[in-house]
Amino acid sequence: MFDLDLWREIVSALKKNRLRSFMTAFGVFWGIFMLVIMSGAGKALENGVLDGVKAFATNSAFFWTERTSVPYEGFQRGRRWNYETSDIDYIRDNVKEVEYLSPRLFGNNQTGNNTIRGERTGAFNVFGDYPDYFKIDRWTPAQGRLINEIDLLQERKVCNIGERVAEVMFDKDENPIGQYLKISGVYFQVVGVIHAETRINIGGGKKEETIIIPFTTMRKAYNFGNRVYFFSVTSKPGTKVSDLEEKLKTLLKDRHKIAPEDQQAIGSFNIEKEFVKFSALFLGIQGLTWIVGIGTLLAGVIGVSNIMLVIIKERTQEIGIQRAIGATPATVIKHIVAESVFLTVMAGYIGLSLGVGVLEILNQILLKGGDELFFRNPEINLTMALSALAVLVVAGIIAGLIPAKRAVSIKPIDAIRDEG
Amino acid sequence: MIRLNNIHKSYEMGSSSLHVLKGIDLHIEQGDFVSIMGSSGSGKSTLLNILGMLDNYDNGTYHLSGNLIANMSEKKAAKLRNEMVGFVFQSFNLISFKNAMENVALPLYYKGVPRKKRNLIALEYLDKLGLKEWANHMPNEMSGGQKQRVAIARALISQPKIILADEPTGALDSANSYEVMDILREINDDGITVIIVTHEHDIAAMTSQIIRLNDGRIHEIIRNGELKQFQKEYIHGLETA
Repeated sequence: MFDLDLWREIVSALKKNRLRSFMTAFGVFWGIFMLVIMSGAGKALENGVLDGVKAFATNSAFFWTERTSVPYEGFQRGRRWNYETSDIDYIRDNVKEVEYLSPRLFGNNQTGNNTIRGERTGAFNVFGDYPDYFKIDRWTPAQGRLINEIDLLQERKVCNIGERVAEVMFDKDENPIGQYLKISGVYFQVVGVIHAETRINIGGGKKEETIIIPFTTMRKAYNFGNRVYFFSVTSKPGTKVSDLEEKLKTLLKDRHKIAPEDQQAIGSFNIEKEFVKFSALFLGIQGLTWIVGIGTLLAGVIGVSNIMLVIIKERTQEIGIQRAIGATPATVIKHIVAESVFLTVMAGYIGLSLGVGVLEILNQILLKGGDELFFRNPEINLTMALSALAVLVVAGIIAGLIPAKRAVSIKPIDAIRDEG
Repeated sequence: MIRLNNIHKSYEMGSSSLHVLKGIDLHIEQGDFVSIMGSSGSGKSTLLNILGMLDNYDNGTYHLSGNLIANMSEKKAAKLRNEMVGFVFQSFNLISFKNAMENVALPLYYKGVPRKKRNLIALEYLDKLGLKEWANHMPNEMSGGQKQRVAIARALISQPKIILADEPTGALDSANSYEVMDILREINDDGITVIIVTHEHDIAAMTSQIIRLNDGRIHEIIRNGELKQFQKEYIHGLETA
């Protein structure tokens, strides 16, 4: 039952003892505030990192070549080698676990400005890719379209350009679609301005400064022969990409006369492994947040208890008088507990609100920071907030009950005499 | 009204026990104005605490308005205290963060009287004691005499049958002391039993009955008629001193 008089008494008692109330409340406030901030920051880091990678196929693996480290079948160690287009066909035909496969060629960007349009020049990263690549590392067209199978089949001289490329090579009010860029001496028609959905970067350079042309066109236009510098695969559902990675490595070593024990010749990594690492990292961060947060909260509650105990000592006389003029022990306990719960809950609520408010302000600032930040959308979930509040109420009751019991155990007359 | 029969009380002081009251037989009628005197350690405050149900006694019987007061639960004692007894203390014991009116109204709060009503009643009592314009002042803004009057108003508000005053003038100068005693006498004239503990002879002389305690026993009871004799003795004592 709501007892207005009781609350009036409590609020007036708290108001008249401002410093004491403030000190008590501050411990709890600080505890929950820190819990919210830390948990929100942890979540923001997680969101930031995962946002940058979540569009990336987690079942993907990447392969490149390094110099051999073991002599084998008459070849000396230190041999340079490349994958070949026949490898791609062979894998497509014979390895059933492969879902998407996209070979890649790296264009020449050593000579500085490799892209020219009229008076404008720029140095960009040029890749020759299959359309399947967009399914592994997601890109979406901001304007125009992505490179497709027909471009590849007909070896069309078309290109997709990153947003930064469009900025540098075209005026703001110019439509890049249908325009031509001279890339390392060959003209390509722009068919799409593309936006990277992830910030995982394969092959170096900024993603906004990327130009992608059809693999087949690149091979022919720049004389790459049957070389393949790099390729990406994804595994079919139900197959672990780590297993596929090993299988492909063994197969490729066999096809290129590389010693089976050579650990160096094939460079590769798979995203799955990185994701497992990430997940563990965030689990760790969250665990730490909770441990530290609960610790802080506990310190706050103990602080409240402590202060309450001191207050009771200070208030012994007051309680004695109240009992002399007719307050029952139950009334006294009710008052003290209600005071304590009121304080902790109010403080907790303020801490919670302020914490969420600070996170929201942070969020607004971060939103202005753009895509580059590895820290975004700080938030805490409702369950956590509510359970923290529940902990506070229980803590408030305990923090009030212990000193209240003590206060009542003192005989009113001793309490009054305390002062003299 | 109050009937004490062979009351014993001792305090545990660590390992030893201190026998404070050694068999008190006392009979106080409704409307009496009684003072309890005695040197320090004679047990006068202990007796007052037992009368006020603030403390238990070990042996004997205590009847208050025909009820036996023994081994009561705190709750029941608190209720009875609230209904029957008003306390006035030497150090006033007002609650420092409540103003005069709120202090006076407090006993009614424990009785469950709504705020508006109890504050109104409190104002009435403050008015009776000439403190109406001080109703919104905090205790630390008032003089000792004013504080004691607030405390008396607080003791009166629950319309008790008995006022128990522990050295009510102990912290006051003589002008204020006499004023407080006048108030207590007026209360007594309304039919409320007033029992005060004091060590001041002139204060005790204003009451109608003096109970002298000595070493836990009643040494003598000086009644109305004999009081003049007591006063004479007291004045004589002063003259020879």
